[in-house]
Amino acid sequence: MIKVLFFASFREQLNCEQLSLEEGEYSTLLSELKSQLAEKGEAWREVMMSDRTLVAINQNMTRKDVTLNSGDEVAFFPPVTGG
Amino acid sequence: MRALISIQVEDFNLGHEYERLEGNKSSGAIVTFTGTVRDMNLGDEVGGLFLEHYPGMTEKALQEIIDEAMERWELQVVRVIHRIGQMHPGDRIVFVGVVSAHRKEAFAACEFIMDYLKTRAPFWKKETTPEGDRWVDERESDQEAADRWL
Repeated sequence: MIKVLFFASFREQLNCEQLSLEEGEYSTLLSELKSQLAEKGEAWREVMMSDRTLVAINQNMTRKDVTLNSGDEVAFFPPVTGG
Repeated sequence: MRALISIQVEDFNLGHEYERLEGNKSSGAIVTFTGTVRDMNLGDEVGGLFLEHYPGMTEKALQEIIDEAMERWELQVVRVIHRIGQMHPGDRIVFVGVVSAHRKEAFAACEFIMDYLKTRAPFWKKETTPEGDRWVDERESDQEAADRWL
């Protein structure tokens, strides 16, 4: 199982805070997971295909395509604006 | 070297925070920065600000930023406080305090930590304006400020 989280404007756009995907329900490559989620609808496509979208795997930001393992926490969020 | 990180809803007391940074006889410099909520952004009146974060990752990201600052400069204490939740114009939102033997190191590290915090720590601002609520967009100038350190 992997946990997929959405923050800030993405959470609101998708009306989704968290997904739990069981073994076999998700692609094991990040890029494929994004394509898979993009098929859930127009708002999902926008979020997943945007160049602005940031990804963190197990709370570490990554710009690379990575293999997902069971237990991973994958988070999608817009550019940060703290401070 | 001590790194003290707090993510909190409550306000903080500058006098108290300053006193926590004092007391090391080998320190020659204490630099602090306090960020506050502005009442204007992009020409609109801002009535309030809601700050969201990614619990767990926020602390980790701030620790990594402080670790990187420690690799670059000789630092004795670093204190970072970031508030979350509902705030209003004039409220304190962020605090960075850096203690070092030398002034230049303390100034540089404080600026570095703020520049990286603004581009790497998972916080998001939502403003309340007369036209409704809106998520704040990232600024190119913040990214450029962070890129200076690369």
